[in-house]
Amino acid sequence: MSVPTNYFILLATALFAIGAAGVLLRRNGISILLGIEIMLNAVNLALATFARQHGNLDGQVLVFFVMAVAAAEVAVGLALLVAIFRRHRSIDVDRLNVMRW
Amino acid sequence: MELIVFAVTAVLAIASACVAVVHRQPVVNVLSLIVAFFCVAVNFALLGASFLAAAQILVYAGAILVLFLFVVMLLNAPVVEGDEQGKRPVQRIGGILLPLLLLAGGAAVLAPTLVASAAAPTEGTGHALGRLLVGPHLFAFELVSVLLLAALVAAMVLVKRKQ
Repeated sequence: MSVPTNYFILLATALFAIGAAGVLLRRNGISILLGIEIMLNAVNLALATFARQHGNLDGQVLVFFVMAVAAAEVAVGLALLVAIFRRHRSIDVDRLNVMRW
Repeated sequence: MELIVFAVTAVLAIASACVAVVHRQPVVNVLSLIVAFFCVAVNFALLGASFLAAAQILVYAGAILVLFLFVVMLLNAPVVEGDEQGKRPVQRIGGILLPLLLLAGGAAVLAPTLVASAAAPTEGTGHALGRLLVGPHLFAFELVSVLLLAALVAAMVLVKRKQ
């Protein structure tokens, strides 16, 4: 038998909660970006689940777009982290407390 | 059979995502996140989204996490997080409580009911998705290409050294 829809949604909720906890608790810039990736993946899973539930593919197309945007976000985010590390010798986000220098 | 595969991958995904969040070493975080993303790819396959399963492995495990791993090794930043932890009790409590609240709310709403899938599941093959992408979603598809180009240029500008 196929897996019920709400099992997938529960898994997606759990993954989203884990990612949110990571973003809120960690102070390391790379770990925060990883938490964002976990949350985006959880949302992707939920979108694919709803696409199956409703029997059309638009949800899967949206997952494709989310993946592309996530790739762009990671590229820019990691470039920012590299630039920050060059200046501060640290990627601890608590140390970034000035808007200009 | 599908339920067993789902249960195994779900437990593995949650466990490795937890490791990815709580472990101190960034390299361990990234490597365990690769395991979690593989499990999500298996779940995509269970949902009939075969193209997304392949794209998940190629894009996430293959490109994004390799990029993470590359930056972790490039920066080689010292792990100095431990002494900062005691300073922000409100943030810590909120960071634990808010996800728990989300999880509890989701479980309370979703667990009692059992929703069966649609009668005629649609296969998310590359052929079917491609027809949608260059058909009704063509404008968004082209916008994504512009976005990726902008991200590429932005990343190069951000890491460029001024001499």
